[in-house]
Amino acid sequence: MRHIISILMENEAGALSRVAGLFSARGYNIESLTVSPTEDKTLSRMTLVTWGNNEIIEQITKQLNKLIEVVKLIDLAEGKHIERELMMIKLKAEGDHREEVKRLVDIFRGKIIDVSDNSYVVEMTGATSKLDAFVDTVANELIVEVVRTGPSAISRGIGGLHL
Amino acid sequence: MGGLDLVEIHNVELNGGEIIVECLKKEGVEHVFGYPGGAVLHIYDAIFNQDDVKHILVRHEQGAAHAADGYARTTGKPGVVLVTSGPGATNAVTGIATAYMDSVPMVVITGQVPSPVIGSDAFQEVDTVGITRPCVKHNFLVKDVNDLAETFKKAFYIATTGRPGPVVIDVPKDITSPWIKVPFKYPTKIKMRSYNPTTKGHVGQIKRAVKMMLAAKRPVFYTGGGVVLDGAAAELTKLAQRLNFPLTSTLMGLGGYPATDKQFLGMLGMHGTYEANMAMHGTDVLIAVGARFDDRITGNVERFCPDAKIIHIDIDPSSISKNVRVDIPIVGSVKSVLQSMNDVLADVEIDHKPELIDGWWKDIEEWRARECLKYSTKSKKIMPQAAIESLYNVTNGNAIVCSDVGQHQMFVAQFYKFDRPNRWANSGGLGTMGFGLPAAMGAQIANPDDEVVLVTGDASIQMCIQELSTCMQYGLPLKIILLNNGYMGMVRQWQEFFYEKRYSESIVEAQPDFIKLVESYGHIGMTVSDPAELDSTMEKAFAMKDRLVLINVLIDPESNVYPMIEAGKGHNEMYMPPESELV
Repeated sequence: MRHIISILMENEAGALSRVAGLFSARGYNIESLTVSPTEDKTLSRMTLVTWGNNEIIEQITKQLNKLIEVVKLIDLAEGKHIERELMMIKLKAEGDHREEVKRLVDIFRGKIIDVSDNSYVVEMTGATSKLDAFVDTVANELIVEVVRTGPSAISRGIGGLHL
Repeated sequence: MGGLDLVEIHNVELNGGEIIVECLKKEGVEHVFGYPGGAVLHIYDAIFNQDDVKHILVRHEQGAAHAADGYARTTGKPGVVLVTSGPGATNAVTGIATAYMDSVPMVVITGQVPSPVIGSDAFQEVDTVGITRPCVKHNFLVKDVNDLAETFKKAFYIATTGRPGPVVIDVPKDITSPWIKVPFKYPTKIKMRSYNPTTKGHVGQIKRAVKMMLAAKRPVFYTGGGVVLDGAAAELTKLAQRLNFPLTSTLMGLGGYPATDKQFLGMLGMHGTYEANMAMHGTDVLIAVGARFDDRITGNVERFCPDAKIIHIDIDPSSISKNVRVDIPIVGSVKSVLQSMNDVLADVEIDHKPELIDGWWKDIEEWRARECLKYSTKSKKIMPQAAIESLYNVTNGNAIVCSDVGQHQMFVAQFYKFDRPNRWANSGGLGTMGFGLPAAMGAQIANPDDEVVLVTGDASIQMCIQELSTCMQYGLPLKIILLNNGYMGMVRQWQEFFYEKRYSESIVEAQPDFIKLVESYGHIGMTVSDPAELDSTMEKAFAMKDRLVLINVLIDPESNVYPMIEAGKGHNEMYMPPESELV
């Protein structure tokens, strides 16, 4: 099963490579990983998407907790949560395709943030599955490049991951 | 990343090298094992100018790490290593990984090229923090001389608390510059928001566990290195004797319970005793204490303890339910949890029916009667088992014994009955050949009044044999029992069993003359090949109290370690010694 693990960790050089190293050394799957500072400059927040059975996920959270720089973590799959991912996708936009692509972007509630005479850059946010759907819908030969951040996620309600 | 309490202020300004030495003094470090080089010259200069911290000069950085490891295992105090950048650090990595696998507290100071040239492929530069990351509990790169003291405090704190382990501090050369002096402040206490190991076990879980133990009909304690590391031997002994439960121990746990006591079934696992493994197979309540269900213990996890409810006490939550699902996990320090269990049992109201396990002891006595460790006495050559028994007798079971890795290591585990903790140092997790000699050296430095013995093989000892020179320099009177069979014995045994005796590269065809070799280092060597002269040779060697003596014991070359469970088999599927050999 897919799990989103949110981690608060010390904002120190090397912390990210400890997490990445742990996953490769122990053979855990890693689908995406995002990291950035928080409102507290000494802390970074990492969102990590992985998958595995319950035993593996239990080991992953235990091993992450064992890293000295990890302060706190939560497996968001254990409760209700929202996830969003940002995608920027550059598409060829010439002739008939220009209108067709525009319509498709509107349906997916994306935004065209750069236009040239033969291309669009589309910004789109949403759950990973929505972005996947857009990529699948656009004709493959129109795609120039795809940049995705990987999901960020947060729990619903007042509870949260903080110190 | 942490809060500092009670900062001790000294009105002195020190340079980085001096700060490092002062930090070591504050931590009560008496010995540092190391080897100088360019990046640590400033630190060595600070060492030169004082007498409190003694430096032991090894002959290879791997030896420094193993020596510090042997020092730590036989004292419970952290071992300290000081090596230079580049090859100094990479040579130490095997020793660091060895300590990591066996949870040995260690602080390793590595020199690094000056900060401004880091990343430029400078002379003797490696990414030490990157290389050691997967085999340390934690590591640091010091970027400011003002951070040195706090970093050292954290390093010792992390290395020695929770599940212990090695911590590396990488110190660029400019940080120790003699020309940059800063006020020295050493924290007396440290708190880290991201590191708070749980020590007290959950009271409810402890009560549930005790209840389950009291209802057990076929209980067994399975104890590991955690008992030794946490100094919990007394608590374990009290608990086990109060309940009259049988105990078996891992390789790392030996000494955690007196091996000569009747409740002790010997080591379990791949080369464990018949009675220990059969008890594991038959148990209904398994109490795992500071042990991590390693594959050498469990064999096939599908067939592991098929009828058992499992209680697991461990300081490291990630050890619990990692390889084997447990029923009652208790996260906490082994010592504290065992003490709590003793307290629960001290309650007079407790309903304890000792007769519940009478039938279980009968089964165990039947398994014991098979005498699974019996070995052939018809060989005209010395049997390795006899050599260990002779060693046990001549030392009255009181020596500190270090070993390398292989058959000889298993023979010590089976035949040297450790009654006390911290008397046995060997590389269990990583299985590092070459560990023994430097570890014994460290053990002797830590315990100058004890008899320290190295049991090794003709292959293992050659992996760190240069340390004989260190032993001479510091007058370390080790006794080295070299079980010489001309093979890599354990490799040969596996090739005999599983590769139809195709002894691929396991025969050491050109051996040094070990006697001349130790003599050239200034020590004494003796060879014994006649079983009748074994005891007298041992006595002669051990009578030389202040000299290092190597006894080259020419053993029966093709003797095997029994019993044996093939990898992936169950505990009730042991190879036993062939009857024909036991006449």
